[in-house]
Amino acid sequence: MTTQTVSPRSPRAARPLTRTGRWARGAVGVAALFAASELLGRAEVVDRSYLPPASEIVTRAVELVGDTLFLQYLLDTLTAWAVGLGLAIAIAVPLGLLLGSVPAVNTATRAIVEFLRPIPSVALIPLAGLLLGSGLNMKVALIVYAASWPILFNTMYGLDEVDPAAKETLRVFGFGRAEILLRVSLPSAAPFIATGIRLAAAIALILAVGTEIIAGFGEGLGIFIAQAYSMPDGARDVLAGTVWAGTLGLAIDAGLGQTQRRMFRWHHARQGGTT
Amino acid sequence: MLEIKDLTHTYADGHVAVRDVNLTVANGELVSIVGPSGCGKSTLLRCIAGLIRPAEGQVILDGRPADGVPEGLAVVFQDYSRSLLPWLSVRDNVALPLKRRGMSKAQRREAATEALESVGLAAAGGKYPWQLSGGMQQRVSIARALAYRPSLLLMDEPFGSVDAQTREDLEDLTLQVRGGNDMTILLVTHDIDESVYVGDRVVVLGASPGHVRADLPVDLPGPRDQISTRELPEFVRLRAEVGRLVRGVTETTATAAK
Repeated sequence: MTTQTVSPRSPRAARPLTRTGRWARGAVGVAALFAASELLGRAEVVDRSYLPPASEIVTRAVELVGDTLFLQYLLDTLTAWAVGLGLAIAIAVPLGLLLGSVPAVNTATRAIVEFLRPIPSVALIPLAGLLLGSGLNMKVALIVYAASWPILFNTMYGLDEVDPAAKETLRVFGFGRAEILLRVSLPSAAPFIATGIRLAAAIALILAVGTEIIAGFGEGLGIFIAQAYSMPDGARDVLAGTVWAGTLGLAIDAGLGQTQRRMFRWHHARQGGTT
Repeated sequence: MLEIKDLTHTYADGHVAVRDVNLTVANGELVSIVGPSGCGKSTLLRCIAGLIRPAEGQVILDGRPADGVPEGLAVVFQDYSRSLLPWLSVRDNVALPLKRRGMSKAQRREAATEALESVGLAAAGGKYPWQLSGGMQQRVSIARALAYRPSLLLMDEPFGSVDAQTREDLEDLTLQVRGGNDMTILLVTHDIDESVYVGDRVVVLGASPGHVRADLPVDLPGPRDQISTRELPEFVRLRAEVGRLVRGVTETTATAAK
């Protein structure tokens, strides 16, 4: 039997890439994809109106910055994303603390959680549309639903990982349960919660754009894409809009990753990592 | 006064950690506890700290049966690095328990700085625990206990991972702090010399299950001195007696195990 795991001691893994090295490698990947797409587009393997060359898509994406209606749509999507993610954090973190620290509540709610969790949130779009129309409310409701899960589970997982020795220390100094939760468990679980929020941020963006596309009317980046789709020769705009969705996702993730690294230096130092 | 009466503790798996332990410690007394590993010293300390409720027997503090964590308690855990909070600076770690003392932020800061100075870590206040060596982290956890000015201080092998010189300094610091404040101290150690040097009494525990094997008064003049105290005939006699008791216990268990 062969194992597929790469030994961590292999010479490749021994020397981690520098920051510039990582950027350079990432840039090579982007350039390769760009070139492939450009070639495919120019060679007209597929109809040019279905798959325009990369340069044309990117040019159109840059052009859109000057389009006030497009910017308004972008802002609408970002608003739904931010409100939804904010509410998800406000709901899921306290709920996770409750479920993670009171076993009785956890046991009582497990059946509900296990029933709701596997339902794909996209499947709820028609239902939410029926109940809430197609405005900001409906988008936010779906985002909150979908984005809460990773935050909830990471908060509970983080609480499980809290060192009992640290909790006992505060206990012997006379701190009560609530204070220990606030002063030890919450800060100790914070790096895990942050990872949950980072996952939730990506999910929230998918839901924001996805809901708009499926709903088909209203405002937002997804609407822009959905409308372009129904136009003749709309592939260029569909793809330019998609490039924007991807760019937003990348920027959000990079920003959150950076904040995470800066805030939780103690966590990485403790784990002996360098990231 | 701290009284431990007929304390027996059995864990859920049926393991009897301590059986019928009786011990009385007067206020302001420093009692060393020595014994082989498996003598239930950690269980004993955890019962006194109120972290576990003994299966049988009582812990009585100033005449009242203790229920939960006693007031004015500080503990220096053996697992010093895990008992420090990695997201707080060294100074904030030392200052944190002082919130329970109703001190202002400035007072807490001042007390923490002072305690860090007394363990020789004046310069480390702004650092984080994980930036310090093991021995330094242990000194931080000692500083945290001292800054709290507890009336009862429990120390579980507090000087285990510091070098010999620092160890002597910390032993003297413990004696000095105890003298200045009316502090009752229970100090668990593996080091027989240390148990005699710092103790007013040495309690020798036997293993499997843990029980009090001997309770010896230490009749050494104060203030104690690392060089001259250790050459007194009484010190030499006591350390030999404690040594024999600890060793005797180990030998009996070894034979019993066979």
